[in-house]
Amino acid sequence: MPELTYREAVRDALSRAMREDEDVFIMGEDIAEMGGSMGVTQGMLAEFGPERVRNTPISEIAIVGTGIGAAMQGMRPVVEIMYQDFLTLSMEQLVNQAAKHRTMSGGQLKVPLTVRTQGGAGWSPGAQHAQQLEAWFVHVPGLKVAFPSTPEDARGLLWSAIYDDNPVVFFEHRLLYPLKGEVPEELEPIPFGKARVLREGSDVTVIAIGRMVPESLQAAEQAQEEEGISVEVVDPRTLQPLDEETILDSVRKTTRCVTAHEAVTRGGFGAELAAVVQKGAFDYLDAPIERVGAKFAPLAFAPAMEQWAVPHAADVLEAVKRTVARS
Amino acid sequence: MAKLEKKPRAGGGLSEEELRDLFRQMLLIRRFEEKVEERFRAGELPGFLHVAIGQEAVAAGVCAGLEREDTIMSTHRAHGHTLAKGTHPNAVMAELYGKLEGCSHGYGGSMHLYDVANGMLGANAVVGGGLPQVTGTALAYKFRKQERVAVAFFGDGATNTGTFHESLNLAQLWKVPALFVLEMNGWAESTPQSQHAPIEDFSQRAVAFGMRSIDVDGQDVEAVYEATREARRHAASGEGPVFLNVRTYRLVGHYIGDPQVYREKSELEELRETKDPIELLRAQIELSEDEVEQLDTEVSAIVEASVEFAKAGTDPNPEDALKYVYA
Repeated sequence: MPELTYREAVRDALSRAMREDEDVFIMGEDIAEMGGSMGVTQGMLAEFGPERVRNTPISEIAIVGTGIGAAMQGMRPVVEIMYQDFLTLSMEQLVNQAAKHRTMSGGQLKVPLTVRTQGGAGWSPGAQHAQQLEAWFVHVPGLKVAFPSTPEDARGLLWSAIYDDNPVVFFEHRLLYPLKGEVPEELEPIPFGKARVLREGSDVTVIAIGRMVPESLQAAEQAQEEEGISVEVVDPRTLQPLDEETILDSVRKTTRCVTAHEAVTRGGFGAELAAVVQKGAFDYLDAPIERVGAKFAPLAFAPAMEQWAVPHAADVLEAVKRTVARS
Repeated sequence: MAKLEKKPRAGGGLSEEELRDLFRQMLLIRRFEEKVEERFRAGELPGFLHVAIGQEAVAAGVCAGLEREDTIMSTHRAHGHTLAKGTHPNAVMAELYGKLEGCSHGYGGSMHLYDVANGMLGANAVVGGGLPQVTGTALAYKFRKQERVAVAFFGDGATNTGTFHESLNLAQLWKVPALFVLEMNGWAESTPQSQHAPIEDFSQRAVAFGMRSIDVDGQDVEAVYEATREARRHAASGEGPVFLNVRTYRLVGHYIGDPQVYREKSELEELRETKDPIELLRAQIELSEDEVEQLDTEVSAIVEASVEFAKAGTDPNPEDALKYVYA
């Protein structure tokens, strides 16, 4: 199987879709000559030309809104919002428009729009370039939310996002871009709403998303080696729809649960996961559900403060140990 | 820099018969909205409503100047635009009653009228919210080399939103076939133009983007029609979008029941006497009392029938609220 980086995997999905389908095009800030601020779309201008690889002004409302309009006509635009912090500027179009046209029209309209964005801490970008806002979008009926953690998932989920008839907010993590992983020779679309069990275990389930997936795998390794604790790691991959079945099956087996994301803990997606688990597996639980996330503060610039505020493998390991100690 | 054009009163562009049709169309919209007001005050219509009495010549003139395959997006004040674009009064009235037979099947209401088959892509309850989607719809027409234009209706209040500026900037930059129809009625809800914008001539806002702007007297339906034909020709030929700066008068409050404490009663009375577009057209084409009465009887019967149709319509099943969340 070939090996791709997470960045190359995203690009591969975009390029394959654009080769096959002239309804697919991409637009966003600095995505053409520059190839995107994260280099994801490098080389695509040369292959597809400026009509289909469109640099835009710094206009996040218009980038998303124009994508919605083209999608309403049956095109499949993939728009890039350079940092997810800037999604805040697009919120009106995403929340009031993209998410609602189908219902408000009584089923007459579809909005097959994909909004790609990225972000995350770990390189001292400061408070306005490092947020993890995925939970906001899970709260909006009509939107779908994907957050892949591996190259294979990034490629297969992005393909599914492009060909989903609904608006999808597709989160990538900045620190995952250089991560390498094997991908199938042929692109295999990964359906939304199917979690992946990345590591099997019997003592505790860690449900992790984004960067906290590799961090949780590392914690699981350590837990096994240092404490003899067997950790199962589950990545939901899409937050909306959510594969509750796989999550509950895992927790019913292990009887303990930790959630992990880089976003701040308060109001984060871990709260939703905890609610799902307590409702569906309450009688199985041997310990309170632990939530791992960032501390509740705008992210500070200085590396020491930044690194202290966001979670790492060590935080997952501690949470795992606490849940096991409870029984 | 684009030139400002002052559109003279068009003379002789439309036949007597076509003008008579427009008179009938405007009268139908007027009687429809009067009926809506009556039924709302009688407590039959849920939610809240905005009528556009006084602005009928804009809806009728613009839509008459479009081709059938052209599309519009509108505002919270959309009954007239929707009827003029070709939606049956029964379907609009049934929507206001929340019935399945409504043009949005009961999911939208007055502020979210949709009729995709007739080119009505949605009324929007967020001021300016539809504008980037009109840019995007027009972009799709350009991509597909279709000879169609996408039209946005909006008021002067919308020109103060960031959405307006981003949308027009991008539309002009990419020279998409869009028409931006400003219904300049001088009010942003209850706030007069003098308190919401530092300029009086709103065409300057379009000219700032290098966009062609045409000034039109919005109480003169023939002038609106002529300006729309020219704007459509310009946009559809690939020369870029056009801004129609249409001066019109809202001869009623912002919403039904608005006591209008913000303007003098005498001012409104004078406008009603001098600026009613239906009276102005009637004088222009010299319709006799009998002819007017006959047309009035005709359109009033259509409106009355729409109420009967709506009342006899089907109430949705409550659980169908979830039917169109996702495609």
